[in-house]
Amino acid sequence: MTEDHEHHHDGHGHHPEAPSELEARVLALESLLIEKGLLTSQDVDQVISVYEHDIGPMIGARVVAHAWVDPAYRSRLLDDASAAVRELGLTYPTSTQLVVVADRPEVHNVIVCTLCSCYPWAMLGLPPTWYKSAPYRSRMVSEPRVVLEEFGLRLPTSTAVNVWDSSSDLRYMVLPERPEGTEGWSEEQLASIVTRDCMIGVARPQIPAGKAVG
Amino acid sequence: MNGVHDLGGMHGFGPVIAEPDEPVFHARWEGQVRALMQRTVGRYYNLDEFRHAIERMPPDEYLRSSYYEKWLHAVQTLLLEKGVITTEELSNGHALRQAPPPPAAEISPALRARFRPGDRVLTRNAHPKGHTRLPRYARAKRGVIRTVNGPFLLPDANAHGREPDWQACYAVEFSANELWGADAPANDRVCVDLWEGYLDPEEQP
Repeated sequence: MTEDHEHHHDGHGHHPEAPSELEARVLALESLLIEKGLLTSQDVDQVISVYEHDIGPMIGARVVAHAWVDPAYRSRLLDDASAAVRELGLTYPTSTQLVVVADRPEVHNVIVCTLCSCYPWAMLGLPPTWYKSAPYRSRMVSEPRVVLEEFGLRLPTSTAVNVWDSSSDLRYMVLPERPEGTEGWSEEQLASIVTRDCMIGVARPQIPAGKAVG
Repeated sequence: MNGVHDLGGMHGFGPVIAEPDEPVFHARWEGQVRALMQRTVGRYYNLDEFRHAIERMPPDEYLRSSYYEKWLHAVQTLLLEKGVITTEELSNGHALRQAPPPPAAEISPALRARFRPGDRVLTRNAHPKGHTRLPRYARAKRGVIRTVNGPFLLPDANAHGREPDWQACYAVEFSANELWGADAPANDRVCVDLWEGYLDPEEQP
């Protein structure tokens, strides 16, 4: 998780710099709720800190890496993902149910939420802006192969694309296939190549150049 | 509701643009809004009401607003509607009275499911004016039950303060051809989480 708040705008209007009017509205609402005892200013710092430091794709990556080395765990993960996550000593909230969908040579999975932005945030941290954007939400269900190509992932026609449009109570996460050339790697090494995008399904794990065990 | 939020299959939004090294929050106010929401959701309003408050935004405003601007709009709208805050308090900047006590939470019953994995279903052709989780692109379509989950509260009722309606929720698989026509790749599939009330058994021809 980055602590860097420096940010260069992409010029597409996803993140207009907060005008002071907006900040004032937020502050007004916040101070009202503090006065009413519904919130403390420490709550705000705590929420920000949790998402900036504690929750992120490293959690999902740990689960994926363990599933890669332990076939029995993999099947428990596919059967009841929320329980399997807790089994590793990680927390999974009771507010939603996690579902892990596994890639196979003939099936590639990818997640989207067309109606809002449902996302397995407990496993991956908060979603990137593109995941919540109109282009992704509108196109991933109707032309997934074109969108995946824009992410640099070209799939052969023999591989079926399975898109999961999640609906609030269930949160999907992709279990990608373990790449060849990772035999003998530790779970930590394996987790290092499992990125957020791999678990959304818009990328596949890549072995960095020079890292293959020869 | 057939709102602009129901984006699946729409055209014209352009390419997906990823921001390199995107921070978790772009500014402190985004984190503040998230905290405001997290400390009030489940107490004064539920997530379905929250989503519907966003969907009720005027469509041009919805498309213009960033994610956390939508959240701010929804939190403020719901806290006003639920009487947790008043417009008077917002304009003068001070609390005039205590917030009301939050209502009690619902306990989910045992799962009772009408369909089983492999069952063929037809989604309803319904256009409710209120909140629903049956997207337009998946209405009046033939699909197959993949998994049975829940029971979860029917969002259509839960977003509008109606009697709790616990239903099974299914991952329903549709072929891309069924949803998007003959030009879609034959092997591709879209699975949509759909509540039991959105589904009828498919009549066998």
